[in-house]
Amino acid sequence: MIYWELFLAFFIPNIVGYGGGPAIIPLIENEVVGRYGWMTSQQFAETLALGNTLPSPIATKMAGYIGYDVAGIGGSAIATFATVAPSLLLMLVALGTLYRYRDSIKVKSMSQWVRPVIMVLMAYLTWSFAAEGVDNAGWLHVAIIGAAATLLLWRFKLHPIWAVLLGLIYGGLLLG
Amino acid sequence: MRTQGMRTQWQLFLAFLRVGLLGFGGGPSMIPLVRAEVVTRYAWMDDAEFGDVLAIGNTLPGPIATKMAGYIGYRVGGLGGCVIAVLAQILPCIVAMVALLGLFTRYRDQRWIEGMSQGVVPVVMVMMAQLTWDFWQKSRAALGWIASLIMGAVAGGLIYGLDIHPGLVIGAILVAALLRPERNRRRKEASS
Repeated sequence: MIYWELFLAFFIPNIVGYGGGPAIIPLIENEVVGRYGWMTSQQFAETLALGNTLPSPIATKMAGYIGYDVAGIGGSAIATFATVAPSLLLMLVALGTLYRYRDSIKVKSMSQWVRPVIMVLMAYLTWSFAAEGVDNAGWLHVAIIGAAATLLLWRFKLHPIWAVLLGLIYGGLLLG
Repeated sequence: MRTQGMRTQWQLFLAFLRVGLLGFGGGPSMIPLVRAEVVTRYAWMDDAEFGDVLAIGNTLPGPIATKMAGYIGYRVGGLGGCVIAVLAQILPCIVAMVALLGLFTRYRDQRWIEGMSQGVVPVVMVMMAQLTWDFWQKSRAALGWIASLIMGAVAGGLIYGLDIHPGLVIGAILVAALLRPERNRRRKEASS
């Protein structure tokens, strides 16, 4: 039963998640934190932070770890399978048909029309991380870490690992 | 013949292991790395073919990097090649995630670990804000800001106001996009 739920929790976000890897993040949060309650928002944030510091696609790292956390190695395998296999199988089976439609305006519309929805889901997730942070650490610490992370990521365009390290060190020293 | 096959599988493993380990910054940033292995180093396909595979991969949902790995692995080494390429790309980092987060969770009752986990939340908040901004920019470029805002507001109302599952909302939009009339379809089919 848990395996079936894991399969669905990762199959649905990946089959509707048009518009590149990160598009599935808020959809996965919706299943894992909102629907099934396997993780708290805080744990999801930790997973996302670490995921962003490691190479390889974010979707498979999230699936592999969350699946493991919920149901061990079998869970990890199923969540990863649900992430990778459906669209890969479709690609192997229907290559000819897909090739004909690769420049189709319908296909382009699919990823373009989904973007505003993903944007709203991401905005909501941003806001819920902000609320979570203020609840636990207080608004002053959130403002300081947030401003520093904005400088590192946005202004200096550094690799996420530096922002994550900054958050970890600041938190370890001042929030413990 | 048999050693030739083994050699190919080993090359697939190495190629996608390198892509997985060097591919910082998520799926789309890995595409040039895949090209460097598949076209330049091993010459499994030429640039035109690689471009076609990429274009087809982009018509489907889900992470692009694993679709490329799986499809190219299948083309080069059959079903075994498909599995080897995908696993070589994603498995090392999944194991690293499990190990590092496992260690973190084990010492969660330490106060400074708890502090660290709180300190990282605002960083993730900024990352999400950055992604939100990215999607807003792309959406505005493709649809214009009025349409983007209206679609975003309607979707937000359905999902957060009426509690409709976001998968359903997006599914409905995908179906609408597929049903959209395509004026120059005939001409395109005739020319291909």
